[in-house]
Amino acid sequence: MALLEINTKECIGCGACVDVCPFGALKLVDNIAVADDKCTACGACLEVCPVSALSLPERPQAKEEGLAAYQGVWTWVEQFQGEASSISWEMLGQGRKLADQRKTTLTACVLGHNAEHIAKEAVAYGADRVFWVDDPSLAVYRTQPYARILVDLVRQYKPEIFLLGASSRGRDLAGSVATELYTGLTADCTGLDIDPQTNLLRQTRPAFGGNIMATIICPNYRPQMSTVRHRVFEMPAADGTRQGQIVSVKPAMDEAQIATRVVDFVTEQGSVNLADARIIVSGGRGVGGPDGFNPVRELAEVLGGAVGSSRAAVDAGWIPYAHQVGQTGRTVRPDLYIACGISGAVQHLAGMSTAKIIVAINKDPEAPIFSFANYGIVGDLFQILPALTEQFRKKLHK
Amino acid sequence: MNIIVCIKQVPDTTEVKINPETGTLIREGVPSIVNPFDMYAIEEGLRLKEQFGGKVTVISMGPPQAKEALKEAVAMGADEAILLSDRAFAGSDTWATAYTLAQAIRKLGAFDVILCGKQAIDGDTGQVGPGIARQLKITQLTYVFKIRQLDPQAQKVVVERLLEEGREVVETTLPALLTVVKDINQPRYPTFLGIRRATKMEIPVWGAADLSDTDASKLGLKGSPTQVVKIFSPPKREGRVDMIQGNTVEEAAAILADKLLAEKVI
Repeated sequence: MALLEINTKECIGCGACVDVCPFGALKLVDNIAVADDKCTACGACLEVCPVSALSLPERPQAKEEGLAAYQGVWTWVEQFQGEASSISWEMLGQGRKLADQRKTTLTACVLGHNAEHIAKEAVAYGADRVFWVDDPSLAVYRTQPYARILVDLVRQYKPEIFLLGASSRGRDLAGSVATELYTGLTADCTGLDIDPQTNLLRQTRPAFGGNIMATIICPNYRPQMSTVRHRVFEMPAADGTRQGQIVSVKPAMDEAQIATRVVDFVTEQGSVNLADARIIVSGGRGVGGPDGFNPVRELAEVLGGAVGSSRAAVDAGWIPYAHQVGQTGRTVRPDLYIACGISGAVQHLAGMSTAKIIVAINKDPEAPIFSFANYGIVGDLFQILPALTEQFRKKLHK
Repeated sequence: MNIIVCIKQVPDTTEVKINPETGTLIREGVPSIVNPFDMYAIEEGLRLKEQFGGKVTVISMGPPQAKEALKEAVAMGADEAILLSDRAFAGSDTWATAYTLAQAIRKLGAFDVILCGKQAIDGDTGQVGPGIARQLKITQLTYVFKIRQLDPQAQKVVVERLLEEGREVVETTLPALLTVVKDINQPRYPTFLGIRRATKMEIPVWGAADLSDTDASKLGLKGSPTQVVKIFSPPKREGRVDMIQGNTVEEAAAILADKLLAEKVI
């Protein structure tokens, strides 16, 4: 099923493509490259081939005139209980840069009820225009009415780029909107820039458990849509004197047309909002049991951070899944990540290796986590954590 | 009840090791597994069937060897399995994948619930579930942590969704598509009888020609809006670890605390 075409007359059997294939789909047979079914047509091998023996089938060309009608950068502003999430402002900051580069305007879409202050904040954080949709049916996020409004707005105003946060709601919404619009959506981007030659949005994201990075474009469909990870782009400064246009838009659906009803919201005790956390203190197998999280919690508390966990501790039933950091849990990017009794398996590193500062506390001096850490202490976490908590209590005057 | 579970065969990325000298992946001997999140979807489908009766059908799009993943689901207890495999599907991004799976589900006929894992661990996008729901114009409930209540007669379902701030309780009507997170259940092991059934089972393979009313221009590479233009290794973390030592635990803790305060991350 491999789509990769290999010109066997040109192939010199150097094996460069074999080394670079992220999916292990290429091998040399009788000194000629052969692709198997694992090939995803990603194209990683094309540019490393010294004799240009590899190619992929051509795609349809862009319908130039249709695409030119799409202009402007848009973002969706996520809110929960009348408060905008910080990722929305991070996106407005990055959206501003992209809009300036494309010499175009930045629009924020704010949906909610009795939350006009968020529309005003969006202007302060960089929007030139805000589409403000106020209705009781929009008070709590629901896919159906939110997606319908955004789809209608995109069809009417034709933005070139549309960014959403890669939060649970953002990914839920973006997947629905992009499908309806039949356009490209790149999930979980950690890099966004404009290609100066083609003016296309280059969307860079980790894949394969964070083991590779891929840059993705959407040349022939509009808008170019991305969801963006938390805490990747800098938080812009709010400027209350900025001027922008707030355009009130009518909701697209009646309550009676909406199939879902949110009946309750259950919050856990203590902070588990790992995505937004600036500081995370995590416990792993080394904490030994549910009570072993107590010193982890105490340190997190004195630092004003959230409590994370490795998969091992969740699987053992010591702490709820909502705390799990890693490939099958949450991906986090705090300023400070303190890993306690966590060895540093690939799947855990996939969720936290982009933290600004990593501290590892582990009994085993050979634990892989130390080669990813900025600071490490070898020793018993049950002695070190209370001592560290005490030090911070003193130094932070708490 | 008709339950459809969409699964994907993925490389077991937790088995991937990095070559410390070149920084590249060592892929040799990396096994293919059923995407871990899809295991929870299969288990949830089997539990619904046990509770309400009916049938669990698993479908997957992939190369011929993805039959192995489907057979694993059958060994766990799924009734039927279908593989979507065709050169015309190759190179699909999430849009084309969702379109193809939705076309296959249309062909399967009426259903009550579609279950998917919240995302696949190779691509990590979480976009195919919502994509299928939108293609079929049914309700999507993503990140489902628990099915609180399901009433097949009244065609109602109440679930808890795991969001950043807590758990949202949502009620909707069936049919609906649910994507599930890890904590929803503990997937069962295949049974001896199940393994025997799976070994004997001929898994039907559907190609593009088997999907009626399908727009060929929306399949595979040419139906995919996104294109990968570059693949590279992630930047390595710079510098070496600073191992803190002290004569006492207190001293080491004090040194570390000072260094972290100097980093201005607290």
